[in-house]
Amino acid sequence: MNTQAEVPRLMKGNEALAEAAIRAGLQGYFGYPITPQSEILEYLITELPKQGGVVLQAESEVAAINMIYGAAGAGARVMTSSSSPGISLMQEGLSYMASAQLPCLVVNVNRGGPGLGTIQPSQGDYFQATKGGGHGDYHLIVLAPASVQEMADFVFEAFRLAEKYRNPAMILADGALGQMMEKVILPPAGTLPRTEKPWATTGKPNTRERNVVTSLFIQPEKMEAVNLQLQKKYRELQHEARYEADGVKDADVLVVGFGLTARIAQKAIELARANGVRVGLFRPMTLYPFPSEALAAHARKVSSVLVVELNSGQMVEDVRLAVNGKRPVYFKGRMGGVIMTPEEILEEIELVAENSHLQTAGILEEML
Amino acid sequence: MKPMMEGLETVYHRPVTLTETPMHYCPGCGHGVVHKLLMEVVDEMDVQEDTIGVAPVGCSVFAYHYMNIDMQQAAHGRASAVATGIKRMLPHKLVFSYQGDGDLAAIGTAETIHTVNRGENILIVFINNAIYGMTGGQMAPTTLLGMVTSTTPYGRESSASGYPLKMTDLVTTLPGAYYVTRQSVHTPTAVRKTKKAIRIALEHQQKHKGTCFIEVVSNCPSGWKMTPLEANAWMEKNMFPVYPIGDLKLDGKILHP
Repeated sequence: MNTQAEVPRLMKGNEALAEAAIRAGLQGYFGYPITPQSEILEYLITELPKQGGVVLQAESEVAAINMIYGAAGAGARVMTSSSSPGISLMQEGLSYMASAQLPCLVVNVNRGGPGLGTIQPSQGDYFQATKGGGHGDYHLIVLAPASVQEMADFVFEAFRLAEKYRNPAMILADGALGQMMEKVILPPAGTLPRTEKPWATTGKPNTRERNVVTSLFIQPEKMEAVNLQLQKKYRELQHEARYEADGVKDADVLVVGFGLTARIAQKAIELARANGVRVGLFRPMTLYPFPSEALAAHARKVSSVLVVELNSGQMVEDVRLAVNGKRPVYFKGRMGGVIMTPEEILEEIELVAENSHLQTAGILEEML
Repeated sequence: MKPMMEGLETVYHRPVTLTETPMHYCPGCGHGVVHKLLMEVVDEMDVQEDTIGVAPVGCSVFAYHYMNIDMQQAAHGRASAVATGIKRMLPHKLVFSYQGDGDLAAIGTAETIHTVNRGENILIVFINNAIYGMTGGQMAPTTLLGMVTSTTPYGRESSASGYPLKMTDLVTTLPGAYYVTRQSVHTPTAVRKTKKAIRIALEHQQKHKGTCFIEVVSNCPSGWKMTPLEANAWMEKNMFPVYPIGDLKLDGKILHP
């Protein structure tokens, strides 16, 4: 392990994430290989045992998430990683963990679907990640990195939030972020303190009652009480919403995108501004909690909003809820592992700018 | 425990690690006996602080109501994976999973095989009563041929539903298994033998020997629609020929290959 944290290194997103996890004090990793994220397992199984941690290649994603359940319930800082089909297999376990309130980190290096799909990058798992994913009323904490640097940095943030709120956290990346190499300054080791876990099943001493990790609350009133507690927690989580706003001061059009798509949109915005179109970028860094209030405030200052995603339009629903009909919200997406180009987004920006220009002049209404 | 009256001596008491919560099991069911035996051994070895149990989905889902030790409740079939996660993070603790035939031999077959194949240092307690008790008496993978259940209303036929799955024989063949035995709890002698098996298994675990696997061939008076005594007689006559009682593997050596 490189202890000189300040030295920039050239790393793959998956490897930067794995090294950051070791520096974040990871104690256990349980996972199953799947493209495009197998480097995480490979890196950790090579490096983590040297630091005294445990890495196990499980027989399936189903087994892996249940090992995570056991290990997290035993009080350890643990994570798993997979890609879309494998994440689907983990949904039952994540529902159990959300109910039993067990902290952990799950990394989804999203690939194109549905089904076995493709190994190319996608954002098609937004709904699954942010709306629960498994059965029952629950949410994961979801962070969306947009660079190799954030692939590393968000590991610390994910563990911090997961342990603070006793909730599984997910890093929703994609195949491009996992595979691409960029300069990264790794966060230093030892900066994420261990949290007290008095609820963990570490063996019952005489000094306390037995600890039970369970998601079974057979009496409806008790089950509702657990649900109310979860909902209270999700409300408290809202202030942890993070976003980045760029070039929004004079913007006429606001582009909203997360992860890789936000990176592509940045280039498109550059091109648009060179053509004289005033465009800004709003990038949610947390997808759950979603930065609705900040987005609504920024949307009020522009004529129209354009959402870009590598899916058929998923986050756009949350954007529309936030904007609440106050501004027109347009959408541009590519699916199935196809990455959109800056030029495609540029074309869309110019169409939207033209529309909003017409709208401002009242012409659009007349035409309709 | 103190005797209730002066001049009397306590010769038997509830294990202190068994809670006073009345059990929800049906009259004649074997679960209560096996719970008690596990906690008796925990008492006698003085390992309450060192023992972590995993409850399954099925009739024994509430095992943690009765065992006064730290416990986790697992998703259906995943108890041995959960136990693996606990054991890997706390390798010096004693970890056991407690599972029924549906949990261990149907939905959790993959986890069972791979946990044993890795030689995880845990104890797997497998209660086999050849039926799904909690969901109302459906066919289990261990249901006998010809046996009537709510999903084999004309008796189990191999052409439609396959054969009774002998998980214990299967795991015996795996190098990761160190101690494999098949016992029952329907007579005082059988109860003593099962208790001894639990003790042996936990002592092996203290020495990091590998996976210990105890099948308890048991009954389900409610699911079988019999009185407890009828159920025990039926079990001896019909279950034991298919699931013979005795040790299958001792100290890592298969006894009757």
